Amino acid sequence: MLEINNLHCELEDDTEVKILKGLSLTVKPGEVHAIMGPNGSGKSTLSYVLSGRDGYEVTEGSATLEGEDLLDMEPEERAAAGLFLAFQYPVEIPGVGNMTFLRTAVNAQRKARGEEELSAGEFLKIIRAKAKELQIEPEMLKRPVNVGFSGGEKKRNEILQMAMLEPKMCILDETDSGLDVDAMKLVSDGVNALRASDRAFLVITHYQRLLNHIKPDVVHIMSEGRIIKSGGPELALEVEENGYGDLLAEANA
Amino acid sequence: MIPRAKLKSQKLEAAEALLAARALPGGGAWITRAREAAHARVMDMGLPVKRDEYWRYTDPRRLTDAEPQGAALLDPQDESPVFDGFDRVKLVFVDGVLNEAESDPLALEGVEICTLAQAAATDLHWARDLYGTLEARGQKPVERSLASLNTAYATEGVLIRVTGRPAKPLSLIYHRSGEAGEAMVHHVIRVEPGAEATVLENGPMAARFNQVMEVDVAQGGTLHHIRAQGRDHERAGVAHLFAQLGEGANLKSFTLTANGALIRNEAVIWLDGARGSAHIAGATVGDGAFHHDDTVFINHAAPQCESRQVFKKVLRHGAVGVFQGKILVDQVAQLTDGYQISQSLLLDEDAQFLAKPELEIYADDVKCSHGSTSGEIDPNQLFYLRARGLREDQAKLLLVLAFLAEALEEIADPALAEDLRERMESWLKRRV
Repeated sequence: MLEINNLHCELEDDTEVKILKGLSLTVKPGEVHAIMGPNGSGKSTLSYVLSGRDGYEVTEGSATLEGEDLLDMEPEERAAAGLFLAFQYPVEIPGVGNMTFLRTAVNAQRKARGEEELSAGEFLKIIRAKAKELQIEPEMLKRPVNVGFSGGEKKRNEILQMAMLEPKMCILDETDSGLDVDAMKLVSDGVNALRASDRAFLVITHYQRLLNHIKPDVVHIMSEGRIIKSGGPELALEVEENGYGDLLAEANA
Repeated sequence: MIPRAKLKSQKLEAAEALLAARALPGGGAWITRAREAAHARVMDMGLPVKRDEYWRYTDPRRLTDAEPQGAALLDPQDESPVFDGFDRVKLVFVDGVLNEAESDPLALEGVEICTLAQAAATDLHWARDLYGTLEARGQKPVERSLASLNTAYATEGVLIRVTGRPAKPLSLIYHRSGEAGEAMVHHVIRVEPGAEATVLENGPMAARFNQVMEVDVAQGGTLHHIRAQGRDHERAGVAHLFAQLGEGANLKSFTLTANGALIRNEAVIWLDGARGSAHIAGATVGDGAFHHDDTVFINHAAPQCESRQVFKKVLRHGAVGVFQGKILVDQVAQLTDGYQISQSLLLDEDAQFLAKPELEIYADDVKCSHGSTSGEIDPNQLFYLRARGLREDQAKLLLVLAFLAEALEEIADPALAEDLRERMESWLKRRV
């Protein structure tokens, strides 16, 4: 599904700042991978580089989604190809209704893929059902995108977008940050409901607790722009117990 | 700073140059008196010149030159005129002259309408106490002598007296027949106690226009005023709205401006009675050789009134937007609620926005806020939308329309607001 090979990147404005330094990763359909790592290890940058945010220059390596070169595409082309990033900080957009936004997005992607656009009626039916599962009030759909939403509401709104867009490859960037226990359960249930044999997840997180709810197949530890260790779910428990110190020391040894 | 005496003599020279070859139009006694008084105001104040403090951001010469410049007619292609399809009473002005053949009969239940020419021929008319009176009142604290010029020389316009709640809007439509031409139109609207009406205006009027609308809303009355000023590129014009509001009276005025070499819209509003409400809003989209100026003065002269000024400008390719807005709160106007926002969205580095927001408050228990911003499309918002699959142009269009939305929200009727939103969308689609 997602194939990252020896990826290097630096800041566009300051080429002295190298962030990713030879990152390689393969995620197969149906799998859930978690990436953990200390602050500043490049986790969020990885999500931005994959989704096409400005400001980063890839200097070496490749990233493909189902064999297609992601790095050569505009952000909207990556979305239409099936990539989805759940933002760590969902952006507020005053003046644009949540429902209008989602319908425009769903239909833009369908159009880009050569599929028929959804009618207003069809769309409404689907979004109402999905919003209900995520306990999103109909009133929240009418409000401007993320404006005045609580931290939990913003994250649930991200998952709702994911559910509506039905991507193949979902990247969750610290989706657990700012969530209380109940909200984390709700968001995790939303993610788990989307797990499928033809869909994969890359879950970026600081803490192990999210992984109690979203059970990963593979856990990677990232440090200084590279994956330094990969393993099963037990690796996350090790981090929870001992911190990153031992792992980093081991990697540097 | 040039000496005051020199500035004054320049202004007087400008007035003399423009008026040298013009004679006051004839009419009945009341209008002749009004015109002579207005003429005297012009000769006393002179006309605006470039060095006027009040014209610091907008060069008035195209409005005061003895010979008006021509302006090419816009080919609307397949776009229908704004407000098309709305049930309304249409009054059509061609080159600033009412064309009765193209207009609907001047009849609508709950409204009395007559032309300025008809009223001028009579010796007594209800508009006698308003025509030129509000304009004269509006000469303080700042001179607006182009409005006096209009009072003195305008022969076209309608006088509208709203006595009930008419079932449909009155629609003033301005067509142009040729590239040259100048128009002066002067309307008077009186809304009687408790009455309510909607007045629409659309079209480019003339290569050069000077418009005055005097509005008197009595106790508990409401006027909705929605204006779309056409899209012809090379026009120059000034439109003045003078409005006084009685106790509990409401005014909502919205203006859409697209294109135009020089358009200045002045609004002067007096909240004279308690609990009055005035909302003045404007959305402007400008591209290229475009200069647009909103100059607004709202005077809270009674307690517990509310006012809102909401102005949004989208500019690119050298377009210039100006906002001069003032809220003056008199000492008696306790519990005033005043709000003013002026914002521009600059689509490239070539566009310019000049803003002068002012508050002058003499009462001690008031709530007044004002803000002015100028910025570009937020790259974070743009990326968020693109990451969800919106094409870059589609995402930009959505964000620009979102920026304009707050001004459009000042239109009470959702269908009319939607019509104007679609106009802006198609204008933007051709450019973003």
